Amino acid sequence: MGILEVKDVNKNFGGLKALSDVNLSVRENSVHAIIGPNGAGKSTLLNCLVGKLIPDTGSVMFDGQSVLGRKPHEINQMGISRVFQTPEIFGDLTVFENVMIPCFASRDGAFRMHAYEHTRHETDIVSMAEQMLADVKMLEKRDIHAASLSRGDKRRLEMAMCLVQRPRLLLLDEPTAGMSRADTNNTIELLREIRDKRDITMAIIEHDMHVVFSLAERITVLAQGTPLVEDTPENIKGHPKVQEAYLGEAA
Amino acid sequence: MFGLDRKDLTLFLVVVALALFAPFLLNPFPSDSGLAQFNAGYPDLMQRFVIFGIFAIGFNILFGLTGYLSFGHAAFLGVGSYAGVWMMKLLTMNVIPAIIISVIFAGLLSALIGWISLRRSGIYFSILTLAFAQMCYALAYSVLTPITGGETGLQLNLDDPRIIGASQTAEGNIPVPHLFGLEMNQTWQLGMGGWEFTFSAGYYLAAVVMLVSFYLAIRLFRSPFGMMLRAVKSNQQRMNYTGLNSRPYTLAAFVISGMYAGLAGGLMVAMDPLAGAERMIWTASGEVVLMTILGGAGTLIGPVLGAGLIKYLENILSKINKGVLEQWFAVMPDGIDTFLVTIVYPFIGKGWHLTLGIIFMLVVIFLPGGLVEGAQRIGKLFRRTRKPAATDDPEHHPKPQPHVGE
Repeated sequence: MGILEVKDVNKNFGGLKALSDVNLSVRENSVHAIIGPNGAGKSTLLNCLVGKLIPDTGSVMFDGQSVLGRKPHEINQMGISRVFQTPEIFGDLTVFENVMIPCFASRDGAFRMHAYEHTRHETDIVSMAEQMLADVKMLEKRDIHAASLSRGDKRRLEMAMCLVQRPRLLLLDEPTAGMSRADTNNTIELLREIRDKRDITMAIIEHDMHVVFSLAERITVLAQGTPLVEDTPENIKGHPKVQEAYLGEAA
Repeated sequence: MFGLDRKDLTLFLVVVALALFAPFLLNPFPSDSGLAQFNAGYPDLMQRFVIFGIFAIGFNILFGLTGYLSFGHAAFLGVGSYAGVWMMKLLTMNVIPAIIISVIFAGLLSALIGWISLRRSGIYFSILTLAFAQMCYALAYSVLTPITGGETGLQLNLDDPRIIGASQTAEGNIPVPHLFGLEMNQTWQLGMGGWEFTFSAGYYLAAVVMLVSFYLAIRLFRSPFGMMLRAVKSNQQRMNYTGLNSRPYTLAAFVISGMYAGLAGGLMVAMDPLAGAERMIWTASGEVVLMTILGGAGTLIGPVLGAGLIKYLENILSKINKGVLEQWFAVMPDGIDTFLVTIVYPFIGKGWHLTLGIIFMLVVIFLPGGLVEGAQRIGKLFRRTRKPAATDDPEHHPKPQPHVGE
């Protein structure tokens, strides 16, 4: 029984079958990659997991509880964090504030009216955020506006914002899309560190085979809205069906 | 001190000093000189400065922090005024209960309007608030005439019950609003040479309330709640995926700013116990938007400056008439003086809106951050001219390059 169980999920957009009978099981504390050619339904599947889309049929269970019909902030409070394809951060706020906000969300829940005390006096939050920034080696950038960070740093910051909440499941939507080789390798390094240091489950949607094969323990191949195979990276590499549907075309 | 940063504390103390010494600062010209008409240090106008300052501070909590542009804030001010007058009709002429009830009623109305309008964002939110405010105006102007007095407005009467206190004074007049006996229209004069300074009880009450509201606004800006409101403006998607529900945050900001507007309405009643529907009309809502943008949205002091500037122009420019202009330009040769009068005339008197429009356009185009940005740029200019001299290091200085053209 995995921490995330997707059962018989179907999703249609008008006449287009985006997902048909998708079954997926992500084991706790593993790194699970979902790959597939463009239009395979990867992002649709992810959006169904975080409450942005509601599947037509089927169930999505996280840790024994259904996530369907819950709002994104409720799903996050259950322990699922999400990294977006283009980094979604608070651009007008400083790097430090960006990390403090998820700390507050974890401590105080979805809403709390604390309008009088100075933010700086929340010592537990401040030290938590400082620790996190030190972990991702961004402490010296704490006071600059997040919008002026480089693309790689924005990604790093977004991951810090997700990790500081200590999520049980981290969803990553093409974390290296549009990155240079160097930035990609840095991100892989960072994700490896996270995987080895913390007890965390990661589900990665990725185009870049280099990233997938250096991180994932299980891989699901999606094609035209249906999972083709699910196996270890070694077996996927040599799988004839995958070669045909995806790798062959890409190579 | 006061739980503020040094920078915020300095700002707060400056505002305290400005507010307390306003009767001096706003009266720089001797009362018998020709420039006396530019003096703004009379109680009526000073009260308006601080009351609209409160209104704008509250509006800025919503617009400056969350980015939600409400076009209906005058409705809350108007409701606050009506509630305040009713308190004075029914209960007492003491201003404290009137102000409290104004804040409560404005809070309730803003909770209702906000709860509905905040389902949408951007222009749709603005239109919804505008529509609600115009509905409130229409209700106050005609439908609810028994409560609001309709087009004549709501006034005190000699036969009002006033359970605590008297329906009329011993002389048979309507009693004056007071703070535990201190009448709001009481003034003291101070003559110094050619200068005439007026201190009014009403102004000082309004100023103290403004200072308290300003202090609370600083605390809110620096609190985690204020940070969340800025997060709403910056990226709502990320906020929701971070486990925060943005709806209650925006609603709370909306209600707080509505209560500030109600407080301003209550103070207006405390200064002058009447209320009319024109306080809720959409131009009144637009005015507070102008004040906030002109001063600098999202800054602490900006809205107060904007409110001051607009109220100054409204009251001073509109008082200048053709006769005054002719007097000014009388020293010019014939022909030129009439020419100058013709040129300047559209911008004064009833044409003061034209001047305001030009100033607003110039500020929005050249100083998007408002007057505060202007002040910051001037400050930077001074710092830049000082700095190179201080860090002049001959060892690490690039050699003067010949100009490309040489």
